[in-house]
Amino acid sequence: MADNRRRFLARFGAGATTLLLGGCTSLSEQPWVVSLLSEVEILTRHAQRLFAGEHALAPEFSKNDIAPVFRANGTLNPDTTDYNRHAANGFRDWRIEVGGLVEHPLSISMAALRAMPSRTQITRHDCVEGWSCIGQWTGTPLNLILAAAKPTAAARYVMFFCADNMAQEGDPPQFYYESLDLLEATHPQTILAYKLNGQTLPIEHGAPVRLRAERQLGYKMPKYIKRIELVDEFKTVNGGHGGYWEDQGYSWWGGI
Amino acid sequence: MGIEPAMSIRRALGLAPRGPHYLFSRHRLLVRVSHWINAGCLAFLLMSGLQIFNAHPALYWGQSSDFAHPLLSMTALDSDSGPVGVTQVGPWHFNTTGILGVSNEDGMPMPRGFPEWATLPGPQWLAMGRLWHFAFAWLFVINGLLFWIYSIVRGHARHDLLPTKTDIAHLPREIVDHIKLKFPKGEEAKRYNALQKLAYFSVIFILGPLIVLTGLTMSPTMDSAFPALLWIFHGRQTARTIHFICAFSFLAFFIVHIVMVVLSGTWNNLRSMITGRYVIEGNKDG
Repeated sequence: MADNRRRFLARFGAGATTLLLGGCTSLSEQPWVVSLLSEVEILTRHAQRLFAGEHALAPEFSKNDIAPVFRANGTLNPDTTDYNRHAANGFRDWRIEVGGLVEHPLSISMAALRAMPSRTQITRHDCVEGWSCIGQWTGTPLNLILAAAKPTAAARYVMFFCADNMAQEGDPPQFYYESLDLLEATHPQTILAYKLNGQTLPIEHGAPVRLRAERQLGYKMPKYIKRIELVDEFKTVNGGHGGYWEDQGYSWWGGI
Repeated sequence: MGIEPAMSIRRALGLAPRGPHYLFSRHRLLVRVSHWINAGCLAFLLMSGLQIFNAHPALYWGQSSDFAHPLLSMTALDSDSGPVGVTQVGPWHFNTTGILGVSNEDGMPMPRGFPEWATLPGPQWLAMGRLWHFAFAWLFVINGLLFWIYSIVRGHARHDLLPTKTDIAHLPREIVDHIKLKFPKGEEAKRYNALQKLAYFSVIFILGPLIVLTGLTMSPTMDSAFPALLWIFHGRQTARTIHFICAFSFLAFFIVHIVMVVLSGTWNNLRSMITGRYVIEGNKDG
């Protein structure tokens, strides 16, 4: 009697667990579940913005905290004919185009970018995977570039288009791209970085120029930036979610 | 006649002892509702948390990750007989193939921290794990805050959960009683004993806030809003490690809690957390 009951309970427990687990995995494939859970992202963004405000700075660290080797992640070398040609001559001809909803479209050479006022910051890089690395970044505040380009009143997001192709070989190209809203883009620590730890930015870290947005996770900071575009929305761009990883299901809000 | 089988079931479940007994109103509605919401949240949070952990199955101490010296790591090594799962804790290494480091995904051995049956979703899927985790984190925090406000305002925390000096004095005897599986009966069963108070109080007022704060410390935006978090927890990677330890403390609490619920009268306990009513043995006026 007791044995039967125990066996029943064990079976019931195992069955319920299987149903629950299998159920949740298949629930994860339901579009309505994904969109419901994604709604929470908006709540998270608003709550975090409420606390962090416009200008709260990400913590900065001392030279002693700098990691001996800064871990490189994602694309380590775009390795396209075009990119390799730029790399071979030290990115002298690399230009960053700034366009879209701006009054003054720009085409900035690396020399011009380096000649602008710079900011150097020792910050912590947080990967969405969970690890962190501390490094010293030098670059041009994005704020200055935006001020020169003068976004129109309709502009809401800054999009970054990159030189690294994320698609599998043989598939149509899918170049890395990302977006920030104007508030994060004009944050004082948001810079177009061209130096890591005082040295010219290495290829594995996004040479010649990558974004640093210090209140966000790593995937929000694209490398190998070629073009910056101001837009009023990003629904019509690529997968429509505002970034390469966002199109793969990651949250657009990368503050957590 | 119709009452007889029902009565015997109730008797078998321990809901109708042979001797004198009466029903006591044990848990209020808000406590019952928040208890079950919390139970659900913890299941989702633990499993989606393990999914997130699997994206980088290693823990560190300090502000950043010292990749060469993790406190704990789960890795997959190649061998002639297939992949081997190795779990490292400090200086110790364990072969944990099949559970940690390497386990089956769709029937194939795969490098992964925790196995498929422990994570939500089952397969490696960080983006989805994060969606589940943050959705239930909100529910967990809102539910926890409501319980906090209620239990503090209504005196539940002070009267029923905070251990008293007498409780502490009785602690050694209670530990002995618990080991002998001798649980309070009659009038004494109407209130939490010292061990229960200590367990519930520390889970609700220490472990709960600790897991939420260490979770928030991992958010770069929250670190810019409250840099003190990094100072309190000694860095983001330490916070991540504490968060992990808290999660397993919750799991340990859950296991002990379930064992105690079963040993001290499964159905009577379960009913009291659903309908609020609890059978007390003896006469009502003592």
